[in-house]
Amino acid sequence: MDAIILQILNGLDKGSAYALIALGLTLIFGTLGVVNFAHGALFMIGAFCAVTLNKILTLGYITIDETQKDFLGNPLKVENTYVETWFGPELGAAIIDWSVPLAILFAIPVMVAIGFIMERGLIKHFYNRPHADQILVTFGLAIVLQEIIKYFYGANPIPTGAPEVFRGSLDFGVLLGFDPNVIIYPYWRLVYFLFAAAIIGAVFAFLQFTTFGMVVRAGMADRETVGLLGINIDRRFTIMFGIAAAVAGLAGVMYAPINSPNYHMGMDFLVLSFVVVVVGGMGSLPGAVLAGFLLGILESFASMNEVKSLLPGIDQIIIYLVAIIILLTRPRGLMGRKGVMEE
Amino acid sequence: MSKSNFTRRGLLKTGAVGSAGIALPTIFTAGSASAFTNAPTGGSVTLGFNVPQTGPYADEGADELRAYELAVEHLNGGGDGGMLSTFSSKVLDGTGILGKKVEFVTGDTQTKSDAARASAKSMIEKDGAVMITGGSSSGVAVAVQGLCQEAGVIFMAGLTHSNDTTGKDKKANGFRHFFNAYMSGAALAPVLRSLYGDDRRAYHLTADYTWGWTQQESIQAATEALGWETVENVLTPLAATDFSSYIAPVLNSGADVLVLNHYGGNMVNSLTNAVQFGLREKQVNGKNFEIVVPLYSELMAKGAGANIKGIVGSQNWDWKLENQMGSRYTGTNAFVKSFGEKYGFPPSQAAQTCYAQALLYADAVTRAGSFDPCAVVEALEGFEFDGLGNGPTLYRADDHQCFKDVLVVRGAENPSNEFDLVEIVEVTPAEQVTYAPDHPMFAGGDLGSCNPGA
Repeated sequence: MDAIILQILNGLDKGSAYALIALGLTLIFGTLGVVNFAHGALFMIGAFCAVTLNKILTLGYITIDETQKDFLGNPLKVENTYVETWFGPELGAAIIDWSVPLAILFAIPVMVAIGFIMERGLIKHFYNRPHADQILVTFGLAIVLQEIIKYFYGANPIPTGAPEVFRGSLDFGVLLGFDPNVIIYPYWRLVYFLFAAAIIGAVFAFLQFTTFGMVVRAGMADRETVGLLGINIDRRFTIMFGIAAAVAGLAGVMYAPINSPNYHMGMDFLVLSFVVVVVGGMGSLPGAVLAGFLLGILESFASMNEVKSLLPGIDQIIIYLVAIIILLTRPRGLMGRKGVMEE
Repeated sequence: MSKSNFTRRGLLKTGAVGSAGIALPTIFTAGSASAFTNAPTGGSVTLGFNVPQTGPYADEGADELRAYELAVEHLNGGGDGGMLSTFSSKVLDGTGILGKKVEFVTGDTQTKSDAARASAKSMIEKDGAVMITGGSSSGVAVAVQGLCQEAGVIFMAGLTHSNDTTGKDKKANGFRHFFNAYMSGAALAPVLRSLYGDDRRAYHLTADYTWGWTQQESIQAATEALGWETVENVLTPLAATDFSSYIAPVLNSGADVLVLNHYGGNMVNSLTNAVQFGLREKQVNGKNFEIVVPLYSELMAKGAGANIKGIVGSQNWDWKLENQMGSRYTGTNAFVKSFGEKYGFPPSQAAQTCYAQALLYADAVTRAGSFDPCAVVEALEGFEFDGLGNGPTLYRADDHQCFKDVLVVRGAENPSNEFDLVEIVEVTPAEQVTYAPDHPMFAGGDLGSCNPGA
């Protein structure tokens, strides 16, 4: 029982990341009809926003300490951060410690801007082209973005810690009446799950309760009619692209402390997120979220030893296996609408 | 009317005889000068540095390349000479190799066996490289070593730790300076006993490819010999990035030690996940839960950040070796000085092994008086040397593996600077990590005979 609860918890945070990326993918697909293979790269850039802010906050100047020696025996160059000099050592250290949550504020404008530039600069030229062309151009873009990040940050993962208060783990088992130390769950993963839930809630509320959201939903259902009513739907869709980029970016920012960001992390998530979108139903936002969590938890269960000893290698194929079964029984996915990609 | 004496048939005949006549001498001269592949003819000799320039181990590759460039500079008489002055063999004098200026070409292995073979092949066939060296993966090393054997050039392996490289996949044209998984196990076991006792239950997470398998086998054998029990060995896909679902079952498995047979980004992520799940604060069977990372590197320690503190593993070399362990490791400081002054930071163990390999090749050619691979093989087999930073070392003839001291290291608790992330716990003498050439973990392969190619 404890192992099952542990794997469900485990699946939730991975599922959160899948759900957030799939949500953005679905938003873009539903509004603009573009299959965006660069979406994983946006997630990765989000994580590197956290890395970048951390680097900015730890920018400093060098003083020479004659009393200490460096590895070559020369006087040691000591690095001092501007933040700690300006705000005092305590507040300065606290600001650096909280760099990941602070990066949310930094990432939103950056990601929206990247989303705008991507959509206006490149992707809009491919609206009337076949899906295959869109996939090729966005996939190429993903590789370009990945290589740019590698050029500036190197190939190795860069550790980016959560704030000190979130570094421990919660003894979840005790809350449920199990023995201590049986079900342990890191605080930051809990934070990530709650954060994902909040973002998903915010996106749904925005689409459901604002006029802007209503127009977008109407545009997703029947673009032509909305256009005939004199509404500039293209401009709104561009804004949605920016929002989708920001959602992926925020998912990346908060993921940085879970796994040290590296330039390749977007690709690792991208393929699975596409499976999530397809399983959830192309164009269905609730489907994407549901399938994200579902597949995250299933993947978690599949890597249990008990399951792996019965079916070796199942952990690597479970998601695709489930996708095949769902598509055979429900060809439009869990919550897919009629008419999407069926013309 | 003029009448030509030339007929079509006559022209063809003359042409054929003429070309055969012109070709004849070159066939003989080519035969006499190139008894082996890519025999250097002019005033220079080309070496091929095949390192990961892209892909997950690109940082290791970059450090390897820095070391090779430094070695070439020193071989050609530039810089401060680095380890040339401390190397026990004194035949290298800074005039290149056998008086030929050393030039190099580079290839990108991408940490993929097929890409590595393709780039090595291109350097041999197009650029005329007489020796290939480098790499940061055992999968790549085994693949490129096979290719070099077929092509008739020498392969001086870079960072490769699988037993198979000088075990079942060993080749006469291939040589490894780096240590291997068996040596890690042999060096770590006594330290693990003194730190954690002989009554432990270990849980292994293992990267699912040749290096992971042989390292797991080696560590399991070494720890079981101490009296430890192996609870479980779980193979994880090389492409995995989030290991939480593999870490979670460890909590309730009854194990009190987690062995991470992971390298590079894999290890950084699995260790981070293990620390997040509170494994290091956990008490199991009345003991503190411990994590062991058998193969360590400075670059990995940097990636893992604070999570690496106090975690034990093994290394081939460390830049602080001579300062902390004495003059037995002479050469270390000379290398750190030339590397540090040129690049601004101390070299990694990948850099040291590659620099040493370049010098060892140049030295073997000089002692043999020929670039012929078979002469080089003969000069390297059974070669005993010192002064390259690892203490007295033997290139064993039976399997072309170097035998030297192995370092047991630990993540520094209070690093004084960013280069001081690893502290040396102990140096295990070479005798303790030496094994018989027919040891079961290395059995099954055949060195064969050297291939000069051409």
